[in-house]
Amino acid sequence: MSETAKLLDVRQVSRFFHIGGLLNGTRIIAANGISFFLDADKPEIFTLAGESGSGKTTLSRLLLHDLDPSLGSVHFEGQDLASIKGRRAGMEFMKKVQPVFQNPFDTFSPLRRVEDYLYDTAINFGRARSRKDAVPVAEEALHLVGLSIEEVTKRYPHELSGGQIQRVSVARALIPKPKLIIADEPVSMVDASLRMAIVNLFKKLRDEQGVSVIYITHDLATAYYISNRIAVMLRGYVVEAGPVEAVLDRPLHPYTKLLKESVPKPAPEDRLSWAKRIGLSTTEVKDYGKVGCKFAARCPQAMDVCLTADPPDVAADGRQVKCYLYSTKAN
Amino acid sequence: MPLLSVENLRACYKTEVYGISRQVRAVDDISFQLEPNEIYGVAGESSCGKTTLIKIISGNTKPPLCVEGGEVRYEFGEHSVDMLKIGEKEMRELVRWKEISYVMQGSMSVLNPVRKIIRTFEDIIQTHEGIPNRRVFSDRITAHVNKLGLPADVLWAYPHQLSGGMRQRVAIALATVFNPKLIIADEPTTALDVVVQRGVLQLLKEIQAESRNTVLFVTHDLTVHANVADRVAIMYAGRIVEEAPTETIFHSSRHPYTRHLIQSLPVIGDKTCKPGLGGTPPNLANPPSGCRFHPRCPEVLEICRTVAPPMTALNEKHRAACHLIKESGK
Repeated sequence: MSETAKLLDVRQVSRFFHIGGLLNGTRIIAANGISFFLDADKPEIFTLAGESGSGKTTLSRLLLHDLDPSLGSVHFEGQDLASIKGRRAGMEFMKKVQPVFQNPFDTFSPLRRVEDYLYDTAINFGRARSRKDAVPVAEEALHLVGLSIEEVTKRYPHELSGGQIQRVSVARALIPKPKLIIADEPVSMVDASLRMAIVNLFKKLRDEQGVSVIYITHDLATAYYISNRIAVMLRGYVVEAGPVEAVLDRPLHPYTKLLKESVPKPAPEDRLSWAKRIGLSTTEVKDYGKVGCKFAARCPQAMDVCLTADPPDVAADGRQVKCYLYSTKAN
Repeated sequence: MPLLSVENLRACYKTEVYGISRQVRAVDDISFQLEPNEIYGVAGESSCGKTTLIKIISGNTKPPLCVEGGEVRYEFGEHSVDMLKIGEKEMRELVRWKEISYVMQGSMSVLNPVRKIIRTFEDIIQTHEGIPNRRVFSDRITAHVNKLGLPADVLWAYPHQLSGGMRQRVAIALATVFNPKLIIADEPTTALDVVVQRGVLQLLKEIQAESRNTVLFVTHDLTVHANVADRVAIMYAGRIVEEAPTETIFHSSRHPYTRHLIQSLPVIGDKTCKPGLGGTPPNLANPPSGCRFHPRCPEVLEICRTVAPPMTALNEKHRAACHLIKESGK
């Protein structure tokens, strides 16, 4: 496959953070040797799933060129993100990759009208020369998310419902006509009745506009519902990655199994299996420094080898899994 | 005998700024009863009045919130309490934390960030029972925390040193020190991820099963109710629209809002299209006429626009407020 056929190519990316003082500090590896790619001609929704502190947000910042990787590189349309320097190149990149954030009420300033954000985005990215020109551009973007310009004109963020304003946030991201949207927990602040409307919107964008979406979430149920592929993260590692049906219907990694089991099912008659007692990690920071598999302490199938070295990436049953249980060496 | 009976409770927030007064009726004509030894779930989207309801039944009615009518009555075995008339002294000595305790959403804002966890326990016990002997106190707290499966180390930690799940379990430990008859849990796991959420809710269920108290469990997440609650009430715009045992809510609910909520829940292993609900959540300052769900209801009738549907009992435990029930009953 040639370089240019990949929309996004993440190659062995790691990112370290130093916490504490100069002498007694520790290093946290928030992303550790992560690789995946998105095809340019096949728009898809790629989910990054994992619990809090698993490095999902760090990875999303690396992909947005907000942070530079400590090791490895991120390539977008064949261009290394580290080589993007200066305002013009940065704008060119931002035109193609747009973010949608978790809390829409934090995204927008409460003292500004939301429509101003739409007009500013259109002007900054060269889709319009003046505010007057920007109106049809904003209208088109709002139409895509199922809103009309009348619903948002002269409104402040608090005057819109959570679902509406998150849709405005998506509409804003659509104005530069991006090829990739990076959505960090876009529905976790939205009410149940509106959640599906937002999730369906991403699906529609993929199918009708050909926009790829990186969907970051801890909600496996919506991830299964919309995504094509999924990568499950734990303490900076991708522990299992592959087509969402394979990974979530028949999880292989013990952590994915635990995660899937822990999603409460809307079926009161199955509640006994959910109530099975599980172990919980107490401190999160300690886990990062541990040698070997980060899940070993909680894993019901842990072996001695798990505590000695990082497990290898193994290809098994149509996906990639980071576990000794499936490596030929251990068998 | 029910532990708590709420009858026709109506309450609103009254604000007056520069002579312009505004009324937001957050709780409108709510009646329900809590039996001893059950987990009662309350579900509903944000700003449907869940938290206001909790404030009133836990005796925290302060301006601008005021109760307009109705009754909130507790039966704690030996004594009964009218929550709307109780005095502050009696409340502190007999009821608060001894009979009713709460587990709040953000445990970080419940625990004092500059004091060790054990100091918070000290505060609570000092206020309600007094600490004559510090040794006995410390043994008692250690035993209590160990019983809940938490290591005794947590008592000597500051809140920021604990993970979110651990903090929330400490909050549960705090709420159960005096073994109260009613524990109110307001979105106790909303900020946590699924694995931690499961651990915290397991702890809550274990405590309930052992000490046989009542838990009033409030969350907007219906899948959590499916796994935790015995009975569920669905609220919409300040009213209860349906109440039934959990199985009934999930398998044979009658209100279109409940049915929509259940149908839109995504499930692993199911990729069929789930529709979102159109329209916007109602504004309680200016609620829709008639049935408050009518602007978003897919099965709206002419009568819904003008007449609010009465609560209809379908059987002993199942009731719903919808005109469709009367229509289909004919």
